[in-house]
Amino acid sequence: MFTVPTRTRLGALAAVSVLALTACATDDSTEAGDDAAAAATEISIVDAWTKTADEGMTASFGEITNDGDDAITLVAAATDVSDVVELHETSADDEGSMSMSQKEGGFTIEPGETLVLEPGGNHIMLMDVTEPIEAGAEVTVELEFASGDTVQMDTVAKDFSGANEEYVEDHGDHDHDSMEGDSMDHDSMEDDSMDHSEDDHDGHDH
Amino acid sequence: MTEPDHPSGHGTTRRRLLFGGAAAGLGAAVAVTTDRVALAASAPQPTPDTTGLNGAVTYAFHGEHQSGIATPVTAYASFIALDLNTGVDRGALARLMRVLSDDAARLMEGRGALADTEPELAQTPAGLTVTFGFGPRFVSVAGGAAPSWLAPLPAFDIDDLDPAFNDGDLLLLIAADDPVTVAHAARMLLKDSRSFASVRWRQDGFRRAYGSEVSGTTMRNLFGQVDGTTNPEPGTSEFDAAVWNRSGWLDGGTSLVLRRTRLDLDTWDEVDPTGRSFSVGRRISDGAPLTGEREGDEPDFEATTESGHTVISPVSHIARARPVNPDEVIFRRGYNYDVPPSGDGVSESGLLFASYQADVTRQFLPIQQRLAEADLLNTWTTPIGSAVFAIPPGCSEGGFIGDTLLG
Repeated sequence: MFTVPTRTRLGALAAVSVLALTACATDDSTEAGDDAAAAATEISIVDAWTKTADEGMTASFGEITNDGDDAITLVAAATDVSDVVELHETSADDEGSMSMSQKEGGFTIEPGETLVLEPGGNHIMLMDVTEPIEAGAEVTVELEFASGDTVQMDTVAKDFSGANEEYVEDHGDHDHDSMEGDSMDHDSMEDDSMDHSEDDHDGHDH
Repeated sequence: MTEPDHPSGHGTTRRRLLFGGAAAGLGAAVAVTTDRVALAASAPQPTPDTTGLNGAVTYAFHGEHQSGIATPVTAYASFIALDLNTGVDRGALARLMRVLSDDAARLMEGRGALADTEPELAQTPAGLTVTFGFGPRFVSVAGGAAPSWLAPLPAFDIDDLDPAFNDGDLLLLIAADDPVTVAHAARMLLKDSRSFASVRWRQDGFRRAYGSEVSGTTMRNLFGQVDGTTNPEPGTSEFDAAVWNRSGWLDGGTSLVLRRTRLDLDTWDEVDPTGRSFSVGRRISDGAPLTGEREGDEPDFEATTESGHTVISPVSHIARARPVNPDEVIFRRGYNYDVPPSGDGVSESGLLFASYQADVTRQFLPIQQRLAEADLLNTWTTPIGSAVFAIPPGCSEGGFIGDTLLG
């Protein structure tokens, strides 16, 4: 069958990043920098992009492959364009509509495995964009792993009409903070997608 | 290149005889197999496709030149002109061209663009090429030096231009041997243009379907005329000299003149084969000059009849279009169009005349001026749209189309 090359052929954007995980860039990172195990761990990232947004919520996507010998766990992400960033998983409810919620414990990537972050699936949620993210702009997302290591994921902003899953608070509170306002109202899906940051994210501040 | 997706169970032998996949496996096509072989045997440079399927064919996006000019001509093409939105500045143009270049590179490889909602449609590239062109306003907003020829052509008496087919700030030329591929690529590129620009016009063109004729067969336009015989051959020094511009940010680029030329099939119907051939200067039947035997023969413009007239009329199309000096060589890569008629007509057909040359003023204009002054074919043809674009050079991996202007 025709196989789609995803890693060996690269476009001009989102070129593959083969990265040795580096110590968390904090002021007192000397100790972590001596961590031989972390330095030996490698990941590669392809097809990283962020959905454009004027403000409020949006998401980043990409494929993160663990090229190392040990399992790694993505536990957090951060970016300059949103103070609050969460790792989200998406699931279908009993009625078939998709909703997303924070991924407890983060995403573990086994050696040789790839974490696919995509619309309708797992993704990195930018909860509170305050400056417009314009098409073609570069958005850097810092990925933090359980080891404390961080790596930069350079994404390109793309206009995208999808990725409008309803946002569900951690503990099953379905009554507020929907990204859509009303997930069954298709007009509002068009007009209001990703714009409902509201101001009720206190529980998610890092 | 990845392996083409060959469905099993089709007769390979039959497909080879048919020189392509278009008719593969169709019972109705079997009857014409013998004729096709005979046609192919008499063609000047037969290059039959013996693989049977060309959906997996790809051309390189990155390189000194953009694809879609020197690459083999495709069966389908969409020329789409965009108008930049008010407020789009130089920085926005760079963002736009980065995104569009990345889309084009991925689609031409046969994979979905980033954030492609229908990546499955991209998996049959079918020789997809995406070529970008810049209009005067694009170059102005970019703050670049526009070549003097980057402007609407002078008005010609033969013109009856409809603004709906004129000019434009940014050209997307999307070409492939599969119209589904073209449609998907166009949709993807237009989605990613939407924040920056709006569609000004779209002109879709076609040639023979892939596999209907051996590659390299000179196309016939909808007059039935063999059209494009004396084109320079890509890969030759003549082609390189005629096509590639060598100055400034355009180094490695070229220019495109796109003329939408209506062919009046109703009045052409009134002309007998002899009259048609006389107007063109070539036999309609096989494209040979009236003084020769084969399409490739050099016309003899001096040869005379017993009555003393030249065999090839001095106002025939080929006599007027023929370059009078080496500066006037252009490279034509046009397509037919055939769209629903308006009013009482039964057809609205013509030619998307696409001409590439290093310098519009030096190479194209003298030819166009001669044709406007006198050309028997003008009786049945009318230019109804006109646009000129600067075609920037290609880019390297990590770069983007237009980076010599915007980088």
